[in-house]
Amino acid sequence: MTAPARHPDTLVIMPAWNESESIGNTIREVFEFGPPCDVLVVDDGSRDGTARVAREAGATVLQLPFNMGVGGAMRTGFKYAKSHGYKQVIQVDADGQHDPRDIKAVLDGLQHADIAIGARFADKGNYTVRGPRKWAMKVLAWTISRIAGTPLTDVTSGFRAANIKAIRQYVDHYPAEYLGDTIDSLVVAIRSGCTVRQVAVSMRARQGGTPSHDPMKAAIYLGRSGMALLFALTRKKTEPSTN
Amino acid sequence: MSLLMGSIVVVAILFFVFEMLRRQKLREKYAVLWIVIGIGTLLLSAFPSLLEEASGLIGIQVPANLLFIMTLILLVGVCLHLSREQSQAEDEVRILCEELALLRADLADIRSQLEVKPGQGSDPGPQNP
Repeated sequence: MTAPARHPDTLVIMPAWNESESIGNTIREVFEFGPPCDVLVVDDGSRDGTARVAREAGATVLQLPFNMGVGGAMRTGFKYAKSHGYKQVIQVDADGQHDPRDIKAVLDGLQHADIAIGARFADKGNYTVRGPRKWAMKVLAWTISRIAGTPLTDVTSGFRAANIKAIRQYVDHYPAEYLGDTIDSLVVAIRSGCTVRQVAVSMRARQGGTPSHDPMKAAIYLGRSGMALLFALTRKKTEPSTN
Repeated sequence: MSLLMGSIVVVAILFFVFEMLRRQKLREKYAVLWIVIGIGTLLLSAFPSLLEEASGLIGIQVPANLLFIMTLILLVGVCLHLSREQSQAEDEVRILCEELALLRADLADIRSQLEVKPGQGSDPGPQNP
């Protein structure tokens, strides 16, 4: 199964769930401002016209029969990347939160590491969070920085790129649990021998919806991210498969 | 009389388990558990003195309490086991769905390639090498 790709090296994976309003624009922007690449939209059981809009905008679309969360969508995307022989992939949010102009910068981070994370707080842009959520992110960032051996400030960022080694690792272990797509997958990848590097990017306002500052939700977030971290740390290492 | 009632119930359950097994409504790995429990209960209802001796050994004064404790532990164990099996099944469903989505995309890809070949002039777009 070697479907010819236009740009056989780079794949942009875009998990999308009911994003028909913003996804068309995001895809066009990626083609316009990003490096030469293919765009793969993983339609995570959307009930609106996400898949159709994405196809019309020129993306390849994988349609999951029901909603499996970002983790499930991304693992499907990584499997696609692996079977189609892409050399590097980058995850970009469908809601336009990640600036396509930064894709190249994050991909360039792969020259020095297996995983590159586009970080929101690295002295660029104007993205702010407050209260317990901020503390939770700080604790997470500190802990994972220690494991990774490199300073990381925004470990829950979904704007991340991976090379072949990391793709293989992700296909083997990319948990579908809550925060599994960010914290768990990252920790296990590091423990399995992948290196990480952070790249400063600016975040734009989401096109619709506001980040919540409800203290209760923040506390739940703290608890669940703590659990995710604990599980990730106690998991045994995985050997990247060779097939 | 109560002894007879208990035995009848247990025998009925055992019969039911075997029947489900025979009709392939129940997988063997689950059936084993229920058969073991059934035989144990049958033994207990046939020889109630077994329960009294066992509770005396452990130091439980009312033999019925031993029965309750064993039942509780057993039920919690069964619940945990079922949760585990359910999680595993869910995971397998997810993997199948991922494969399905990939195959669907491949199929659409191949289809569009086949359609383009004999056609004149229709731009294949993304299918260019």
